[in-house]
Amino acid sequence: MEGIVGILAMIVSSSLVYSAPLIFTALGGTFSERSGIVNVGLEGIMTIGAFSAAVFNLNTVHIFGAATPWVAMIFGGLVGMLFSLIHAVATINLRADHIVSGTVINLMAPGLTVFLTKQLFDGKGQTEIIRQRFGKFSFPILKDIPVLGDIFFKNTSAPAYVAILVAILAYFIIFKTKFGLRLRSVGENPQAADTLGVNVYAMKYAGVLISGLLGGIGGAIVVQAISGQFSVSTIAGQGFISMAAMIFGKWNPIGVMGAAIFFGVSQSLAIIGKQIPFLASLPEVYLQAAPYVLTIIVLVVFIGKSQGPKAGGKTYIKSK
Amino acid sequence: MNNSSRIKALAVPVVSVLAGLILGAVIMVVSGYSPVEGYQAMLRGAFGRTYNIGEVFRSATPLILTGLGFSVASTAGFFNIGLAGQALAGWISAIWLALTFPDLPKIILVPLCIVIGALAGALWAGIAGFFKAQFGTSEVIVTIMLNYTILYISNHLVRYVLTDNKDATPKISENASLRTEFLRNLSGGSRLNMGLFLALIMIVVIWIFMKKTTVGFEMRAVGMNPFASEYAGMSAKKNIVLAMMISGALAGLGGVVEGLGTFENLYILDAAPAIGFDGMAVSLLGGGNPIGILLSAILFGTLKTGGLKMSSVDIPNEIVDVVVASIIFFIGISFAIRYIMDKFSPKKGEV
Repeated sequence: MEGIVGILAMIVSSSLVYSAPLIFTALGGTFSERSGIVNVGLEGIMTIGAFSAAVFNLNTVHIFGAATPWVAMIFGGLVGMLFSLIHAVATINLRADHIVSGTVINLMAPGLTVFLTKQLFDGKGQTEIIRQRFGKFSFPILKDIPVLGDIFFKNTSAPAYVAILVAILAYFIIFKTKFGLRLRSVGENPQAADTLGVNVYAMKYAGVLISGLLGGIGGAIVVQAISGQFSVSTIAGQGFISMAAMIFGKWNPIGVMGAAIFFGVSQSLAIIGKQIPFLASLPEVYLQAAPYVLTIIVLVVFIGKSQGPKAGGKTYIKSK
Repeated sequence: MNNSSRIKALAVPVVSVLAGLILGAVIMVVSGYSPVEGYQAMLRGAFGRTYNIGEVFRSATPLILTGLGFSVASTAGFFNIGLAGQALAGWISAIWLALTFPDLPKIILVPLCIVIGALAGALWAGIAGFFKAQFGTSEVIVTIMLNYTILYISNHLVRYVLTDNKDATPKISENASLRTEFLRNLSGGSRLNMGLFLALIMIVVIWIFMKKTTVGFEMRAVGMNPFASEYAGMSAKKNIVLAMMISGALAGLGGVVEGLGTFENLYILDAAPAIGFDGMAVSLLGGGNPIGILLSAILFGTLKTGGLKMSSVDIPNEIVDVVVASIIFFIGISFAIRYIMDKFSPKKGEV
């Protein structure tokens, strides 16, 4: 019994660690796509967020102490937001193809961040090690619940629980507020929304910038909870997985969160698989490739023709 | 096409390249480096000696192939973002075959490796094409996922199948290599190889295929208007799969050239090969046109090869990636600028 609880606790906490950045970033993608802007640049936005959070953390740890990771996380989000402005201007005002612009973001981010890393850290391709990380968190009171407390609330990932709260919040914003209704209407039928007095461009900007904020936060969590330092391989596919989670979750924040947790579990199994008795003998390639293969299967079997926002990927031209 | 629109078509890529280089210079200035020194080093690194020129063409070779691959898919209306994975599929299978039959005569082994590599790329891309045709699944997402899948498969094969827990496979035999004594001597000992001729041949083949054959015509028609082509009796499904497979085959060839020419082995990779996304950039800059692709592949080869020399004046060579990304950014938004120009400029002479 002890052993099983221990293994479960390890799986759950490690899954949550890997889920947190995916939840944030996938929610970001949801906001962007709900406004009709396809954002394949999430990967690049995460890279920028991770880099800036790492640098911020290393330079301000003497000021913020234990709160550093959280402040750095917000900072990473803000820089991600700034970076996503490129995508917003290109796609909304300059009528660039959404995929081309997103790809530019993905090509630009690793080059720029490694360039800056080398400049800031004496020509080295990675930052120094971050000492003040998110670490492990135990909920007071809840952690004392027998069994469940051990599995879910002791030595676990605080950012993951924040992410889950943000997902619930995002659900209310998108489906229960005026802003959310407008955001969705712009993604479905911008002409109609425009006729009714909705500022289409402002809504689209809001969607993309929120995706920049949340994607940057996602990257900041990766670097401060998982990798511990920034290098070019810190963000290796998490942005794309988040995109998949967004589609798997059908652009609904709660569903997106569930899908992100699902991918988080499969990512973490690839890492901790060696410590789990019945998985240890499996060649690691199966667990490593699993999230990606599962995404394809899920898309084909459960989603089919993607039912994203109707006007997704199209540039809205007011005078048309 | 009249003269002024031809000039306009050329103006966009030229302006984009200049704007990209200027942005790179601005970033260097802001970060406290001298852009003059940087770009001088880049030119030395690209053209300083015969060896460097050989390397420029060596690195342009796979980009021509992946660039052509991207353009075939996009002519048919698909965004093949999985070139990198398809190239890797070609790379693995060519190396695997070359290591399995090292003693076959060169005249048999090299063509065999090339064909197998192209087939592997075609197959890997075909998966995405099939799902798109059959279920309407987004090819963008599927190809991205396939990139990561093949990356882990490749690393697994290198570590546990092709070697015994090593980071790289042994070198392939002389019989499988695309390098030749002649090209090596000609280019001051660079890794320039027969792949270049393969790429040049493919430029002509693809041009003829797309412009002069019925299948090529159908593909272009499907890309322009799938509904109209369906109505005219063309099968959109068949063309989707075919276009993706040809695109993947070309990307696979790019991987073969890397495997049998540039590196002569396969090793553990951190990410799918860069020739994938760079090939996409090459195709976008070249406007999908074969000659445009050739020229932009040489330009990117120059930037990439020359960029390595920038670290000799202490400028991180990643600035090249930033320049490449900015060029594509300007290409991306200048499509819009040209569109606006066309829309508002009075249509002289055409009426």
